[in-house]
Amino acid sequence: MANYYTDIKEIKFELENNPLMERIVELKERQFEDKDTYDEAPQDLADAIDSYDRVLDVVGDIVANVVAPNAEDVDAEGPHHENGRVRYASKTYENLAAMNHAGLNGMTMPRRFGGLNLPVTVYTAANEIVSAGDAGFENIWSLQDCIETLYCFGNEEQREKYIPRVCKGETMSMDLTEPDAGSDLQSVMLKATYDEENQCWRLNGSKRFITNGDSDIHLVLARSEAGTRDGRGLSMFIYDKRDGGVDVRRIENKLGIHGSPTCELVYKNAKAELCGDRKLGLIKYVMSLMNGARLGIAAQSVGLSQAAYNEAIAYARDRKQFGKAIIEFPAVQEMIANIKARLDAGRALLYQTARYVDIYKALEDIGRDRKLTPEERAELKEYSRLADAFTPLAKGMNSEYANQNAYDCIQVHGGSGFMLEYACQRIYRDARITSIYEGTTQLQTVAAIRYVTNGFYSQVIESFNPSRDARIAAMTEKYNACVAAVKEAADQELLDLSARHLYEMAADIIMSLLLLRNAEKAPELFGKSFQVFVKLAEAEVEKHATWLAGLTTSQLDNYRQA
Amino acid sequence: MKLSIIVLAKQVPDTRNVGPDAMTPEGTVNRSALPAIFNPEDLNALEQALRLKDQFPGTTVNVLTMGPGRAAEVIREAMYRGADGGWLLTDRAFAGADTLATSYALATAIKHVCPNVDLIIGGRQAIDGDTAQVGPQVAEKLGLNQITYTEEILSLKDGKITVKRHIDGGVETVESLLPLVLTVNGSAAPCRPRNVKRVMKYKRCLAPMELPQGTTFADLPYAGEYDKKPYLKLGQLSCADVNADLQQCGLAGSPTKVKNVENIVFKAKESKVLTGSDEDVNGLIQELLASHTIG
Repeated sequence: MANYYTDIKEIKFELENNPLMERIVELKERQFEDKDTYDEAPQDLADAIDSYDRVLDVVGDIVANVVAPNAEDVDAEGPHHENGRVRYASKTYENLAAMNHAGLNGMTMPRRFGGLNLPVTVYTAANEIVSAGDAGFENIWSLQDCIETLYCFGNEEQREKYIPRVCKGETMSMDLTEPDAGSDLQSVMLKATYDEENQCWRLNGSKRFITNGDSDIHLVLARSEAGTRDGRGLSMFIYDKRDGGVDVRRIENKLGIHGSPTCELVYKNAKAELCGDRKLGLIKYVMSLMNGARLGIAAQSVGLSQAAYNEAIAYARDRKQFGKAIIEFPAVQEMIANIKARLDAGRALLYQTARYVDIYKALEDIGRDRKLTPEERAELKEYSRLADAFTPLAKGMNSEYANQNAYDCIQVHGGSGFMLEYACQRIYRDARITSIYEGTTQLQTVAAIRYVTNGFYSQVIESFNPSRDARIAAMTEKYNACVAAVKEAADQELLDLSARHLYEMAADIIMSLLLLRNAEKAPELFGKSFQVFVKLAEAEVEKHATWLAGLTTSQLDNYRQA
Repeated sequence: MKLSIIVLAKQVPDTRNVGPDAMTPEGTVNRSALPAIFNPEDLNALEQALRLKDQFPGTTVNVLTMGPGRAAEVIREAMYRGADGGWLLTDRAFAGADTLATSYALATAIKHVCPNVDLIIGGRQAIDGDTAQVGPQVAEKLGLNQITYTEEILSLKDGKITVKRHIDGGVETVESLLPLVLTVNGSAAPCRPRNVKRVMKYKRCLAPMELPQGTTFADLPYAGEYDKKPYLKLGQLSCADVNADLQQCGLAGSPTKVKNVENIVFKAKESKVLTGSDEDVNGLIQELLASHTIG
């Protein structure tokens, strides 16, 4: 029977063949202290890894047998707007019921709240698998991730009130964007005022582009400090749908991810609770929320790339022209090999990022219960920085790859790919949003550029030992030279214009190194992909180096259109 | 109301994806070429049982399966999905049983382990034998009412059950008093998926028969767990455990004798070869229009 996890050996490889996994399990399970309290808790490392494998087996089974077969109908039907509420496409409810029966909610939450206490890395794998079946449904399901922010910054009472509900399958949304506050969230105007009489906060105003906007539990960014205009006047609130006061004004009509309702919301004196401290809404909590969400989009993108690969190779094996299957033709082979190489490289980057996130988050969590040792504090700082540096790479590169892979997948299908009968058209439309939401690729570059200029990516590359492959060593040299040249120019605008190029060069080299490590351990899985990817990376790095070499401040004006 | 429910389940070779090596040259099933699975309609049966458990808290759902050690996998699988436990009915004496000997063994075991059972629910039939006889025979041997081809349990109250059953060209709604035997059709609701917490909790469940020869639970990895958590040891019943009459078990109790096995190849009854000529194409269009296949 088909299974979206066990059929893809590369995912399991990422969970088992990494030295960081041992540390992650140790931190996440805290010396396996739950083993006598919770029947499902693991006894040791091997037991934990075995459980992760079994959990993902269930995810892969449900996706193959429920979610993926429903994807086309969900895409065609889409959600409905009725009396200020959202009604999902009918088969979305089937998908949700299956996920709820399986208990695949609150996956990273502690067991005492009803969660599964799984590492982010395992949740990320689940995310990728769901997305490969239906990226639109993945959107709704993976918003459970918002609970991380409530867990980290909410008080104990809020944790006890909301986390068990999410673990039982209630859905979430993060209400950030407004008509005049998209990428620029500092401009959020939704008004939060304290209602002295009822001792609670009240929200008034509207939000736009809210994914799953009719969810059960919302995290809302709102202006609590009257008279302010910037990010320091914003706080984070929890809105419970059971209290009422928020209506859906309309559902957007989108190019892709049709299964996921994107809503315009109206808040009419809606009762809300403050989450964490006032004024930290944007500068602390939304940043945390975003980092989690960006990793989620990276996983969604990898899932889409996997789907693109599956569809492309299946069609190319089946379709015959000139008397043979088109997969026999080098021009088609190259497209499919490139899809696979980008998929494997992007996936390696995704899981490396997830592991970094796991270590710092688990340490942070331990730090809530006891004082960390100086070694632990240093470890927390190191991994937190790595996570921060890798998240924009994983999100930006994988989302661009998902688009490229979906494009190539249609190309492999030829004329049939342009017709709406094949799954590739849905993958193509669904992929398009990934490089836009939760921060466009351009904003990922902004988040990443300081790690270019402060030399952090260079240090990371060095720590991965690039000299063991001459081609990667040469790429590294080119990258370092480009960074040095841009820094020497000491011009902010020139740096801004160079940023995307430098960002991609760093990502290409890091992915080459991660894939090299995978190929060394499992040549049968990654040997070809590594060779194909390094060729792509070499060409890309050369392209960027040439582009940057010719860029001077005098040219900046050429890029300004009146 | 707390019900005591037994689900009859069977591990079967997956005959739905049969390759050329599915049968041995001797005409028996090549088990190594076909993965062992939970008989599909028994999963539909399990879902009906679990829905009653959802509806009536305190209800117990136990699986009874007959087979070799590895058949205990269906008990674990059912527990992952919500069953409380089960028994593996296993003994050399049961080997070679036809439907009569199988239903004798199952009925005898039920009398032994659960004399006050309210409902016995099984799949309509198993995909390896396709007889649909075991459920009805179990009912006869226990002297219970039976409803076959169940699609949905509509209600259960005051000891009375109302069931929608699948019949040729429609459905029929019938009532019966408990206790009874239900066999469930493949058109009933599909079984819910495995629950991951239950998977993690029950993954080490084993029947004694599954242990490597000459070992005990104390020799297993995580041996201490088997002492602390009794549910990890699955129930197991032998012929002697249930006081079964050896003459009615296994080969000895099976009047069915396989006389001959024939390999058959499915062929279309009639076929027509058409060329791409206008005449043939027009002819086909006319024919399809006439038969109302198109137009």
